[in-house]
Amino acid sequence: MFSRLLDNVYIMDTGTVCGILEHQGPLGMYFDKYYQDYYCHEKTFEKAERRMLRDSLDICLKKIDMQESDIDLYLGSDLMNQNTTVHYLARDLTKPFIGVYGACSSFTLTLALGSMLIEGGFANKIMTMVSSHNATAERQYRYPVEYGIQKKNMSTFTATAGVSTCIANMKTSIRIDAFTLGRVIDYGQTDPNDMGRAMAPAAFDTFTNHMRDLKRSVDDYDLIVTGDLSHYGLKIFKEMLKQENIDTSNIHDCGCLLYDASKQNVFQGGSGCGCSALVTMGYLYSLLKEKKLKHVLVIATGALLSPIMTAQKESIPSIAHAVSLEVVE
Amino acid sequence: MDNKKYNQLAQSMKPKSHKIKNSFNAFIYGGIIGAIAQFILECYMTIYDIDELGAVPMMSITLVFIACLLTGLGLYDNIAKHAGAGTFIPITGFANSMTSAALDSKSEGLILGIGANMFKLGGTVITYGIVSSSLLGVIRYVFTLIG
Amino acid sequence: MNYVLAFIFAGFVCLIAQIIYDNTKLTPGHITSLFVVIGSFLDLFHIYDRLIEIFHAGAMVPITSFGHSLMHAAMAGVEKYGVFGVFIGIFDLTAAGISAAILFAFLAAIIFKPRS
Repeated sequence: MFSRLLDNVYIMDTGTVCGILEHQGPLGMYFDKYYQDYYCHEKTFEKAERRMLRDSLDICLKKIDMQESDIDLYLGSDLMNQNTTVHYLARDLTKPFIGVYGACSSFTLTLALGSMLIEGGFANKIMTMVSSHNATAERQYRYPVEYGIQKKNMSTFTATAGVSTCIANMKTSIRIDAFTLGRVIDYGQTDPNDMGRAMAPAAFDTFTNHMRDLKRSVDDYDLIVTGDLSHYGLKIFKEMLKQENIDTSNIHDCGCLLYDASKQNVFQGGSGCGCSALVTMGYLYSLLKEKKLKHVLVIATGALLSPIMTAQKESIPSIAHAVSLEVVE
Repeated sequence: MDNKKYNQLAQSMKPKSHKIKNSFNAFIYGGIIGAIAQFILECYMTIYDIDELGAVPMMSITLVFIACLLTGLGLYDNIAKHAGAGTFIPITGFANSMTSAALDSKSEGLILGIGANMFKLGGTVITYGIVSSSLLGVIRYVFTLIG
Repeated sequence: MNYVLAFIFAGFVCLIAQIIYDNTKLTPGHITSLFVVIGSFLDLFHIYDRLIEIFHAGAMVPITSFGHSLMHAAMAGVEKYGVFGVFIGIFDLTAAGISAAILFAFLAAIIFKPRS
């Protein structure tokens, strides 16, 4: 399939901004900034999401001590139609911008694309930005936020987050050593409230392709995280791996790590592109920096569903992209 | 692995749902709304000294008002989380679907937002109510002509 | 006694709806539409009138009574105006609920903002 090793792509730094629930969750202290409410001092949820992403961009630029114009290219993605958040944010940028869409897998998709461009020598510094917001996602994919509906217990909870990550060809302590792009997988799942179940086969496909292409195994990694399969999806994913006799002890899921599902009312766990981005660039990134982890594989999963096609009774296509992060010795 | 096999696998690991608890909650919450409605009904019957049928519209209006207010205050969806059908089957659920749709599209303005979207969720009830009642009404009319 | 009867019937209708909701993929929109149609169908044989006599508010609160009232009003219209009465009369009994819902929903949307 499409897996490549990389020699020259490093993570410069990152900015992570989250909402209040993510802050109260078990990983809350790893994130740079949080907002008390969903409005983030703005008038609408859409503007709030943009504000969070802008904040994360500013934090990241400040950390690497650069101006917005020092970046060669911006890559961005979010969950909304027309990639609203990033495109409207990109109006303020003076540099070229590419908006990509991969639903919840956007985080690793933008990192993989950026890595390719840097490895190929087309750019020196690339900023990848992803965001998701619970209320805007609810509005677009489900029901109005105040609508009194009892969620099915297989549902997931869209994380509220904006994450910017700067990658470059200048040596730092953490590098992206490989990536695998996934293909669209559809096992005929039709329930839009049960995305873990729809996405688990995509994660499995990308996982096996990654391992086969690069001749690696689970033992090469200290930790393997999937994007937002949630507790239910992760269980299915692990069972699929067990059937292939693969050890699943160091496999986790960002959606399960981000919230404490026993205390917080998030059903099966977190989802959205902000979920995998927050956990990876907030929590795992700092563990990598402290060298508590050496080699991590992130497989962000995305359900590429459209509410219109769901209403037309089509099944849910899903995708997963993997990015491997390694500590530079 | 094919679709069928995957479905079997996924089905076997499905998380436990709280169907009994949900049904019990729906019964209790729905029942409470019914009892409150009865209370309001009897209040209006004494205040205005009218029969039950005359007080029904006032009762509906009051319940609708309470539901709209609770939705606006952001409380209705929190109750509905536990109540399930207990809050969407009574007329309060209709009021909530209208109010939540209107509130949600507030940011798109008065006409394209609130005006155009208010019936987004509640409209289906009116549509099928009208269609079924008028069809059945015509059927019954035809029967009365024959009989 | 009326309170108990109202409690039991309203609760019972919600219980059936919840069982449908939990065991099928139907959304609240599907279920409420279904119940409205059932309500107007039950009125065809005057069954719903009997239910209201027994359970009072318990039978008036669930959305089934919406269908019943529409049907009832349509029939009253038929008696008065012939076949056109279906359309002239159909909203007579439910007008209060619908116009109240529209007005209060509008006011709520003006005054409040979504909180989630």
